Amino acid sequence: MSVVIKVENLTKQYRLGEVSTGTLAHDINRWWHRMRGNEDPYLKIGEENDRTKMGNSEYVWALQDISFEVKQGEVLGIIGRNGAGKSTLLKILSRTTTPTSGEVKIKGRVASLLEVGTGFHPELSGRDNIFLNGAILGMTRREIKKKFDEIIDFAGVERYIDTPVKRYSSGMYVRLAFAVAAHLEPEILIIDEVLAVGDAEFQKKCLGKMKDVSDKEGRTVIFVSHSMPMIAALCRRGFILRNGLMTFDGTAASAVHNYQNGGKDNSAFLDYSNQSKKPGDHLAELLQTWSQDSHGNIKSEFGIGESFIIGMRYSLRVEVPMAPLPNFHFFDQFGQYIFVSSPLENKHLEVAQGEYIAECMVPSNFLNVGYFSVGVALTFDHKGIHVSFYEQHALNITITENMENSVTRSTNNYGGEIPGVIRPILNWNVKKTS
Amino acid sequence: MNQSMQKNEDWDLVIRPKSSLFHLHLADIWHYRDLLILFIKRDFIAQYKQTILGPLWHLIQPILTTLVFLLLFGRIAHIPTDGIQPVLFYMSGITLWNYFSICLTSTSNTFINNAAIFGKVYFPRLVIPLSIVLSNLIRLGIQFGLLLATMIWYHFKGYPIQISLTWLWIPVLVLLMAGLGLGLGIIISSLTTKYRDLSILMSFVVQLWMYITPVGYPMSYLEHSKYATFINLNPLSSIVEAFRYALFHKGSLNSSGLLYSFTFMLISLFIGLLIFNKVERSFMDTV
Repeated sequence: MSVVIKVENLTKQYRLGEVSTGTLAHDINRWWHRMRGNEDPYLKIGEENDRTKMGNSEYVWALQDISFEVKQGEVLGIIGRNGAGKSTLLKILSRTTTPTSGEVKIKGRVASLLEVGTGFHPELSGRDNIFLNGAILGMTRREIKKKFDEIIDFAGVERYIDTPVKRYSSGMYVRLAFAVAAHLEPEILIIDEVLAVGDAEFQKKCLGKMKDVSDKEGRTVIFVSHSMPMIAALCRRGFILRNGLMTFDGTAASAVHNYQNGGKDNSAFLDYSNQSKKPGDHLAELLQTWSQDSHGNIKSEFGIGESFIIGMRYSLRVEVPMAPLPNFHFFDQFGQYIFVSSPLENKHLEVAQGEYIAECMVPSNFLNVGYFSVGVALTFDHKGIHVSFYEQHALNITITENMENSVTRSTNNYGGEIPGVIRPILNWNVKKTS
Repeated sequence: MNQSMQKNEDWDLVIRPKSSLFHLHLADIWHYRDLLILFIKRDFIAQYKQTILGPLWHLIQPILTTLVFLLLFGRIAHIPTDGIQPVLFYMSGITLWNYFSICLTSTSNTFINNAAIFGKVYFPRLVIPLSIVLSNLIRLGIQFGLLLATMIWYHFKGYPIQISLTWLWIPVLVLLMAGLGLGLGIIISSLTTKYRDLSILMSFVVQLWMYITPVGYPMSYLEHSKYATFINLNPLSSIVEAFRYALFHKGSLNSSGLLYSFTFMLISLFIGLLIFNKVERSFMDTV
């Protein structure tokens, strides 16, 4: 597939504070340097953009040396905290601002949806606004005409189409606006969080439409969102931006993982034993933690029909008064606490100084397909709960669908999404009663 | 240069920090002509939504201004009108002047008023000032209709209309006005993105400008006074004067003055396009 977007060493610098006094002085200084053939004096003093720290310079890098390529038909998700540079990147790609240095090359028509309803005029009717908004987004009158009925149908506002949009409910307004946007036909679509609108039913419709755009029509989509499930569901590739730097480029699923992880190494085996400061206290320390399949292979991705093992190696630094209780905490991709597990019987566990391994088998057909994170902890139940260590989100587990091995799938031939956090196989009894 | 051009050949769009000063994207505007038409429609329709009189307001304004002028310049100051019926004299001047002043003030706020849209989506920014100049052309048309109606009224009152070839000058003069309003407007709009002082300045500069334009008095009135240079330096003077000449065959058709206005228009449009083009690329960071 051909490369449709090529970004090279893209950098964007912003000046903080107000544009007022001082601007003119900087402008003149800048002009004076340029006249003598020197570099812009203010380009040098920018610093990494961390909004939480007070910087020394009033210039910051919103983006720093970003390079990447996007191939045709790729769906790319960009994630990052507020102020990481996501919107700046989208703004440059959609030509609402220019980079400070570096360049972007684009093949094909670009439509950017940084907001729904851009240019909607409250006094004009829904009909007029469809045309106006469509034209602002780059459609010609003829294209809009062709799609007009489809747009109204999608928005479901037929009855109000000749009413000024200022009389619309906010939901209707957004539906109409999104409907126009969804019927754009550019080769490259740039979307910023606009899906987070409307009611649940409409959101589902939008997601479906977005999927169609990329899957069936083979168009390139760049998508920015704070919604990890949406990124994971829509995108194939994911970026993480952190303080203007690109810190991760990989599959969408791994990007989501990495992001939720706070950028920690996303491996199935974490080794703390060589670290000078291990998680733990005067009683116990965590040495290693890992996930493995039933054959002992270290990995983090398992089929739903597969059981797997979560393990930890810890050391007791002294002989402890009470047997320790290792436990694993499971969270789903939304950060929802699912369950905690620990050995039921710890009375017979050893209390002597030394190294221990604790393993916990998670059965097959238990967790539903999705992303899970596991916290690793060791506690003592002695005069109240004492926590020696608790590594939150230490391990990340991906459960994948495996059509052949999945009992639910192969017996029912059901291909749709199965909701829920867990998907156990339960015993059923269905009888004819009359 | 040539080599790098070839390398970029298969890219439809290359975004760079700085582009050539003379790369004006004029072809882009053609591509967005539908948007231009819709903006014109929007500007015109939205202006008088939820008003009782609607587009009638376009007529009330010149009528009232003409009455005030009639009182101020005619009755109180006793300034002659070059032998043109006073109502027609003032109304013709006001009609053309209004077009210029509204073009200038509206286009000079292009960036500030549209910052919300500009920040979200790309289209050639020049579409907005163009749509302003064109939608006001409709307004001018309505007001010109009023002027014609008034002329017909006076036709039966003893001021016969003389339709002649000089009327062909009218569209040319309107075009000159439009060009000047657009050119100066986009220069100011580009500068106001960073320094808002200018937009405050503009609001009364336009008011004062009218007084050095022969709207309320004929050019001949000041011809021999020491202020004549002011009037002659004003590119609008000869346009307003020629407009009256074209309509009423009175006053003067100053060809060197018109040539001056034309050159002034070309230069302001050229400079305007250059600055506008430079500013539109990065104004979101400074507006």
